[in-house]
Amino acid sequence: MENTEKRNEEYLLYVERETPKTGWFNSLLHAFLVGGMICCLGQMFGDIIKAYNPTMDMLRVSAWISIIIITITILLTAFGVFDRIAKFGGAGTFIPISGFANSIASCAIEFKNEGLVFGIGSKMFFVAGPVIVNGVAYSIIVGLVYSLILLF
Amino acid sequence: MKRLGKQTLEVVNNCYIIGRGSLVGEKEKNGTFRKYMEYSTDDDKMGEKTFEKGERKMLRLINKRAIKDAELLVDDIDIYLGGDLMNQLVSSNYVAEVLQVPFVGIYSACSTITASIGIAASLIDGGGFKNILCSTISHFSSAERQYRYPLEFGNQRQSYSQWTVTAGGGFVISSKKSPIKITKICFGRVQDFGVVDIANMGAAMAPAACDTLCNFFADTKTKPSDYDFIATGDLGKLGSDILRDLMKKKGFLLEQNYSDIGHSIYSFDEESYQGGSGAGCSASVLATYIIDKLLDGTFKKVLLVATGALMSTISNQQGDSIPSVAHLIELEKS
Repeated sequence: MENTEKRNEEYLLYVERETPKTGWFNSLLHAFLVGGMICCLGQMFGDIIKAYNPTMDMLRVSAWISIIIITITILLTAFGVFDRIAKFGGAGTFIPISGFANSIASCAIEFKNEGLVFGIGSKMFFVAGPVIVNGVAYSIIVGLVYSLILLF
Repeated sequence: MKRLGKQTLEVVNNCYIIGRGSLVGEKEKNGTFRKYMEYSTDDDKMGEKTFEKGERKMLRLINKRAIKDAELLVDDIDIYLGGDLMNQLVSSNYVAEVLQVPFVGIYSACSTITASIGIAASLIDGGGFKNILCSTISHFSSAERQYRYPLEFGNQRQSYSQWTVTAGGGFVISSKKSPIKITKICFGRVQDFGVVDIANMGAAMAPAACDTLCNFFADTKTKPSDYDFIATGDLGKLGSDILRDLMKKKGFLLEQNYSDIGHSIYSFDEESYQGGSGAGCSASVLATYIIDKLLDGTFKKVLLVATGALMSTISNQQGDSIPSVAHLIELEKS
């Protein structure tokens, strides 16, 4: 048994050495370009909305920006374009709200064949589910800390 | 059947491949073996509603072609052996229902084809059966949704991952004489060297291929240079490099006559990372390139070692490492 462990350890180290690494510079550059582009687009939509409705408050403007970005992402996902952009952009497409929209839309498209309830209904959050659970869990922690601070 | 050494079986009564059929997808058609790929389809779904139904239709066509190529009728087939990558082997099960011949499903992941042919050769050698149909298939889209993420989900693959091929191959194994003779078979032992990363299947499977090959060479007292062509199933570029290293340590040098089908199935301008993987990888290339080359006399003696990673999504999510196996068949031109 000990022999196996030693053998595996050596083998895994060897595999680690042999496995090609992804160039971090390229990944960062791509993410910066694509992510930055998405954010610029958002800013552009915000400025346009603001220009037409000068009285609208910033909170509502940013809600509209999110809605527009989500709609565009879902359309691009449905046309099969988004995964190509994401392959290039990596985290640049995943971190903005576009990544979240894509993860839900792609699941909904994929599991359509299994029916409305057990397909789309239950599999839609297959990728996004953990993110939502995480968000809720952290917001509870933050809320507790915040209310404790307010006590004193 | 004669036992050689620990693991190898020699086929004593003659056993031949008399029919073959293959079908590949668009990406595979444009790959390295494009000259040899006879049948291909540009429609992943084959006009059906889902990828799974499309996969079944492809498998049905493959079987039909193999039986036709053998100049037999479905009624002449004594038993059908085969499998695929879907849970519970659904593709093969549904196809077997249509065929209406006795059926045994075989799951050995990507090494299904050599496992099936090995078992078929043993059954023929035993004398009970005359014609056996073996086939397998893998489909990129249906495998992707079972093992990984939805197709349209935007993520980056690791540079060391592989691309499941949309391809399949079928064979009719028979006691009737033909130029392609199955001479030896060697079923492999399951190996697990602790690789957990599901994207790095080449590294997980290389030890299994090494174990089977080394035992086979020891059992038969041969060496790699005795063969015109040695092919592994779907180790990919990384996996085949690892196999070369592992074999070198054991004292066997894999040289020019060695090639990995997964590594070479896609041409270099196609985006496929380390190469192809999947049950159809070795099956489709055996049904086309390898048998063509045997027939025209370029190869006289060929070893095919198909490798299979035997994990499931559940074992993987629970953090277990990937066990793998490799089965070998030796083909000769008679």
